[in-house]
Amino acid sequence: MDKSASAYWSATLGLLTKILIIWFLVSFGAGILFASMLNGISLGGYPLGFWFAQQGSMYIFIALIFWYGKKMGEIDREFDVHEE
Amino acid sequence: MDLQTTIYLFVGGSFALYIGIAIWARAGSTSEFYAAGGQVPPVLNGMATAADWMSAASFISMAGLISNMGYGGGLFLMGWTGGYVLLAMLLAPYLRKFGKFTVPQFIGDRFYSKSASTVAVLCLLVASLTYIIGQMTGVGVAFSRFLGVSKEVGIYVGMGIVFAYAVFGGMKGITYTQVAQYCVLIMAYVIPAIFISMHITGNPIPQLGLGSNLVGQDISLLAKLDTVVTELGFGKYTTSLPGSTLNMFVYTMSLMIGTAGLPHVIMRFFTVPSVAAARSSAGWALVFIAILYTTAPAVAAMAKFNLIGTVNTGAMTAEKSIYAPDAALEYAKRPDWMNRWEKTGLLKFTDKNGDGRINYYNDKSKDPAFLAKAEQAGWKGNELTVNADIIVLANPEIALLPNWVIALVAAGGLAAALSTAAGLLMAISSAISHDLVKNVFVPDISEKGELLTGKIAMAASIVVAGYLGLNPPGFAAGTVALAFGIAASSLFPAIMMGIFSKKMNKEGAMAGMLAGLFVTLFYVFAHKGLFFIKGTGYLDLIGGANSFFGITPEAFGAIGALVNFGVAFAVDKVTKEPPEHIQAMVEAVRVPRGSKAVDGAH
Repeated sequence: MDKSASAYWSATLGLLTKILIIWFLVSFGAGILFASMLNGISLGGYPLGFWFAQQGSMYIFIALIFWYGKKMGEIDREFDVHEE
Repeated sequence: MDLQTTIYLFVGGSFALYIGIAIWARAGSTSEFYAAGGQVPPVLNGMATAADWMSAASFISMAGLISNMGYGGGLFLMGWTGGYVLLAMLLAPYLRKFGKFTVPQFIGDRFYSKSASTVAVLCLLVASLTYIIGQMTGVGVAFSRFLGVSKEVGIYVGMGIVFAYAVFGGMKGITYTQVAQYCVLIMAYVIPAIFISMHITGNPIPQLGLGSNLVGQDISLLAKLDTVVTELGFGKYTTSLPGSTLNMFVYTMSLMIGTAGLPHVIMRFFTVPSVAAARSSAGWALVFIAILYTTAPAVAAMAKFNLIGTVNTGAMTAEKSIYAPDAALEYAKRPDWMNRWEKTGLLKFTDKNGDGRINYYNDKSKDPAFLAKAEQAGWKGNELTVNADIIVLANPEIALLPNWVIALVAAGGLAAALSTAAGLLMAISSAISHDLVKNVFVPDISEKGELLTGKIAMAASIVVAGYLGLNPPGFAAGTVALAFGIAASSLFPAIMMGIFSKKMNKEGAMAGMLAGLFVTLFYVFAHKGLFFIKGTGYLDLIGGANSFFGITPEAFGAIGALVNFGVAFAVDKVTKEPPEHIQAMVEAVRVPRGSKAVDGAH
């Protein structure tokens, strides 16, 4: 397996891209662009688009950061560049 | 105990706590002064970042704005939290690995140029100072309301207290006082929200209460609110947009990248022990921020519901029409809290149709069917104006909560305003003493001299900010928006390109920062006046308000950032690429191994 710095960097960028796509979809997608469409569905007393804009996107942001931290830790160890 | 005494007790007690911590944590060396010796654990650092981040704008005015804007207010929620995802992934770990104190240092080293660092100092100073003016104004207003003094005296008291712990404590003092401030402000925000949510929906968790049914009714809070606000001629609560979908999109983007580019927030990530800790610190910060930010929309909707229910008894029962002559509240029978806030001038009643009752509705509605109903009801214009900024402060009074809750909210509001002001002052002080004086003017300054310069710079910025707070250059929200616009359009793109583009050179970065800054300032000043001086706007020159695709000046930072990236890459293409050792340095920054505590060596 390629353990070079460039392979490490492309693994990092791959993870970033994945996270940024989710980040964009929950906020700008579900919360803004498709909000009116999603409002037809309800989540408890919340219309779904409204929920994404005022609640859901924030919970997902938190999950994304911790997921990123965990995955990056794994990538660091895999390429043997983690801190001592 | 009466309300005023309780407020004195809570505010005084919380302040004694902050100052005590600042004295306990007095700093010695420069590295302790700025970055707390690089030894603050992620959870505590997250809490301090959250207190640093949540200013008077978040605590006092955001829920009020959401209350007015409805769904569109979500742009503040998404914008001010989504930026942390960018910060955690794109900036924080790399800046931590880089191992320097300040943003201009990074820009200066990465772009191998003192001029680039000086441009970054300029962007940082403009962004931080404009932000802090709004904070000082907020401090003044909060002090005057709760301590019963004039706004001017309120600002002087605030200046004194910020000075005391920022100057004597340094970053470590601030980090630990901010942990204490976070605890005070979050309790102050959440406790009244729990009471109110319990009262309206029977669910003690506000985040769930917002999506629950009303107590004893088979209709959800949001559905009822939609019906009631529509009957009063306002836009539907769960769908009303701020201008257009495009404006909401761009506005959210500006706030997100502005968050990731604000120097006083970025600086936080220099104070964690390792790269891994920098990653998780941002997550912890967001957890603590989200506790307030997910509560805010519940506070907003419930305050709106309570307010309308108070002034129009027809709104809350099925038996009576909202338009019935006896539905509106008699002015003589108004509750005490209205009376109290009327004295501040932030809540006003004018009896336009002379019936002695408060007719509260949207008289700017364009719906002919609604206007016909309003006329039939004998309404001759909206008679009640409520300043959005009082919603959070007045909320416990509206819901008739006990005095200690009202006092706690007062202490919380002041904690929010002061902690942010202190964090901004740190950013300004280090930019001046470290990045300007040491790096440009007096390179051989001693560590002691540098520390002293930092303290003088801080004291001077407090005086300037206090003075500008006494004579605010314009509307506070506009000032805060400028701060975000500047950070978004100047610093964020430069830092990002510094990490993610090995080939970006100094010419490109400088041209990008200046272009982004200039375009944003140009558009904002057109609306708000040159340097916020009233009457010096030049809307004619740009073809009227919001002339750029209907985008408001507050939302323009994202466009400025695009200009920044565009100009930077264009200039980069035609100038020579950065030297070999800089490209090697970028490679090294991308890898966590070998990170060390910041030591101030240059």
